Amino acid sequence: MSTAAITGPVRSAPAGSAALTQPLALAAYLVVCGLAGWAALEHLTRPATAGQVRDWGTPLVTIAAAILCNASCAILGCYLVLRRMSLLGDAISHAVLPGIALGFLYSGSLTSPWIFIGALALGMLTSVLAQGVSSLGRVAEDASLGIVFTSLFALGVILINLVPSADLDPDCVLYGDIVNASLDLHSVGGWSISRPLLMLVPALLATVLFVAVLWKELKIVSFDPALAAAMGFNVWLVHYLLMGMVSVVTVASFESVGSVLVVAVLIVPAATAALITERLGWMIAWAVAIGATSAVFGYIAAMWLSTSVAGATAVVAGLQFTAAVFASPKQGLVSRWLRNQALAVRIAAEDVVGRLYRQEETGDRGQATAASGRREPPDISGRWWIAWLANWRLFQRGWVERDRADGLRLTAAGRDAARRLVRAHRLWESYLDTHFDLPRDHLHDAAERTEHYLDPQLQDDLAAELAGRAVDPHGKEIPAP
Amino acid sequence: MDGLLQLARENYNLLVVLAGTSLLGIGAGIIGAFAVLRKRALTGDALSHAALPGLCIAFLILRERNLVALLLGALASGVIGIAIISALGRWTRVRGDAAIGTVLTVFFGLGVVLLKIIQNLPGVGSRAGLNSYIFGKTAGMTQADVYVILAAAAACLALIALFYKEFQLVSFDAEFAQALGWPVYGVDLLLMSLVAAAVVIGLPSVGVILVSALLIMPGAAARFWTDRLGTLLLVAGGFGFAMGFTGTLLSARFANLPTGPIIVLTGTAIFGASLLFGWRRGAIARLAEHLRFQRQWHQRQLLQTMYDLLDAGGARKTGVRASELLARRGWTPAQLDRLLNRAAADNLVVQGESIALTPEGAQQAVEIARRQRLWEKFLTEYPDQAGSVNLAGGLLADSVPSDTVAELTSQLVAEGRWPREGATP
Repeated sequence: MSTAAITGPVRSAPAGSAALTQPLALAAYLVVCGLAGWAALEHLTRPATAGQVRDWGTPLVTIAAAILCNASCAILGCYLVLRRMSLLGDAISHAVLPGIALGFLYSGSLTSPWIFIGALALGMLTSVLAQGVSSLGRVAEDASLGIVFTSLFALGVILINLVPSADLDPDCVLYGDIVNASLDLHSVGGWSISRPLLMLVPALLATVLFVAVLWKELKIVSFDPALAAAMGFNVWLVHYLLMGMVSVVTVASFESVGSVLVVAVLIVPAATAALITERLGWMIAWAVAIGATSAVFGYIAAMWLSTSVAGATAVVAGLQFTAAVFASPKQGLVSRWLRNQALAVRIAAEDVVGRLYRQEETGDRGQATAASGRREPPDISGRWWIAWLANWRLFQRGWVERDRADGLRLTAAGRDAARRLVRAHRLWESYLDTHFDLPRDHLHDAAERTEHYLDPQLQDDLAAELAGRAVDPHGKEIPAP
Repeated sequence: MDGLLQLARENYNLLVVLAGTSLLGIGAGIIGAFAVLRKRALTGDALSHAALPGLCIAFLILRERNLVALLLGALASGVIGIAIISALGRWTRVRGDAAIGTVLTVFFGLGVVLLKIIQNLPGVGSRAGLNSYIFGKTAGMTQADVYVILAAAAACLALIALFYKEFQLVSFDAEFAQALGWPVYGVDLLLMSLVAAAVVIGLPSVGVILVSALLIMPGAAARFWTDRLGTLLLVAGGFGFAMGFTGTLLSARFANLPTGPIIVLTGTAIFGASLLFGWRRGAIARLAEHLRFQRQWHQRQLLQTMYDLLDAGGARKTGVRASELLARRGWTPAQLDRLLNRAAADNLVVQGESIALTPEGAQQAVEIARRQRLWEKFLTEYPDQAGSVNLAGGLLADSVPSDTVAELTSQLVAEGRWPREGATP
């Protein structure tokens, strides 16, 4: 016999509501965060003395730069997280430091293309070296990654310390200095544009273009590199292009978040988004949203505590990650616990009506009364709150009512529910008995578990498979649906 | 050496610091070797980054730079970070790399936030000097600090000596150890505690970001030099010593540079040299091994081909022509030339009008031909067993029972295909 016979056509989840949930949730998240951020900013920029002009410019330009930076990082971070290469991203973001230093030493300017070229070269070098040391020296991959990036980072720190600090402040390179950078205006075609935006806008455009053009390639390489290779995609080319983009975005971002903490906005929003959704497109959207709100609230928190913007951004991202770990609708620990409890309640309630139904069937009401003194079913499984909730559910659904002796009695609705459950139980026992070589006394426990999961469609399929069999292996009648 | 003595005379403190960092290097090198073998190289990295907020909180509570308190705070938050990583792996579907990356950066971000807050504190901020914990600074170390490092490093080494056997088994075959009923989890926990201790002791001199290199580099470098655990630990300890000692000296020489990066670059040099020149697994040693194997293999092919040609040619045939050899094998004439010259130098063949085997060469050729024909016979008689024997192994007798070999030999003798010594000239 085939399993297809009983599972039937694959049933899809109700599509309409699910398709709307994601955009609504995302929009609600953005609206709430936007309003809260606006209120906090309004409070933060309120002039200390009356008559002073409120300065919106600095915070808004800074926040815009931070959002651009976090958005490009978050997009690429999704692919790093999916490819399980977060630590390579970490390594690259540390290792571009000597590239930045060399580019600066050579050109003497922070906006020079040489900085990008230097960093791009170093980013590639990290990826190649980590691979090379690992295969040439047969060193474990994590060890080789650790060696390569600490070495390059150490080199970068020394180079930066060799530059006169008036030109390149080590603190700025390491932890970012987005507030001051944003005040540095450059004139482009008559417009005064803050310096970080000059790099971050092109970086974000390049990232979006990169992902849009290579959407299919990146997707298949991220989810199934072996299949991608078998289908003739150049997996290594895609890999190095991705690492190149990570290097470029890291450099464009280092003034905003610093080279040590770039990886926070690279990985944390993406890891958070991975907990929220299972679709790549939505994952990227969520990661960008989380990166952006981390930028906004990181800036606000840093201004409030007068501390590092980059550090605060990482902490805000971390808090959102923590929230997702606990409360994400599908994956969250709390959500999963609640779902388990709800399932336990349903099973406990169904077990009660099933038991009452069987009692009615055999007519041994007197025995139950004698044993417990009350017509309460002897064991509602699980903890006390499960029992309490199951009891509540039974009455709320109108499945049971109290009889004169203060015991429980099935109502008509309860009897229907119970019949469906007992039917599922006996169908499954019969099915197991027919198709598997199991001893009779092994059937009940399996069916006791499975009965709660057989929907009506599956029950009909089972009945059809059993060709109108009327009694279960123990000789009990299989109730009609 | 004179310069060193002069330096020491001028600065007694430097000697003390040198002792401290050297011992730290030895301890971290040995502990790190176990961590590398156990494939936990990046645990140290996560731990050290996660240690920063604890360090800052300890300072915020005490408002003074008390090394022991700071390091205990660092240890606490580092261990919390590791615990969170492990909990994420246990209860959520966040994968290992993302969990490490997330915890590492978020804790570090928190550390940076606290660091800036401390710097802005009126009065204490400027003299907190916590910045030196980012990249390490040995110059500011007091004698008391060094004694703390000495004591902790010595304790770690004592623990390793005590549990040497357990560490040895678990780092090489954890599953076997588990099957034997050893407390693998406990040993791992002890190892992680030692890693945490090494990281925390290393913080003042190497700094939060780079201290993991002190753990990874010596062990990974030592692996190129030896296959034995005892030797490995000695070498790793030595390399760690060299990193700490040289790094500290160099940083005393270039006082404006942070110590951590210098120590790490010393380690990079050691690792790079070991990667190339290490005589067990170094790149050059492995290349030489590969070339030696290739040469042997081609020489065996030469002798075997010559034997086959002579054997097929009957009793009157005493030598073979180069063209005959070239027709049998995919060698280029130049390759064959080199091969023959080398074989002649080894006194296996003589090159005259035709190429002939020397008595020594003939003996080897017979031996090789026997092996080859036994293999051929075995694979034609028992093709179904081809999958179960080690085809790369040299002797058939190593792979199959001796009576099978005897049977195959007698079959070959009966067919007249069993190479006899002296049968060829």
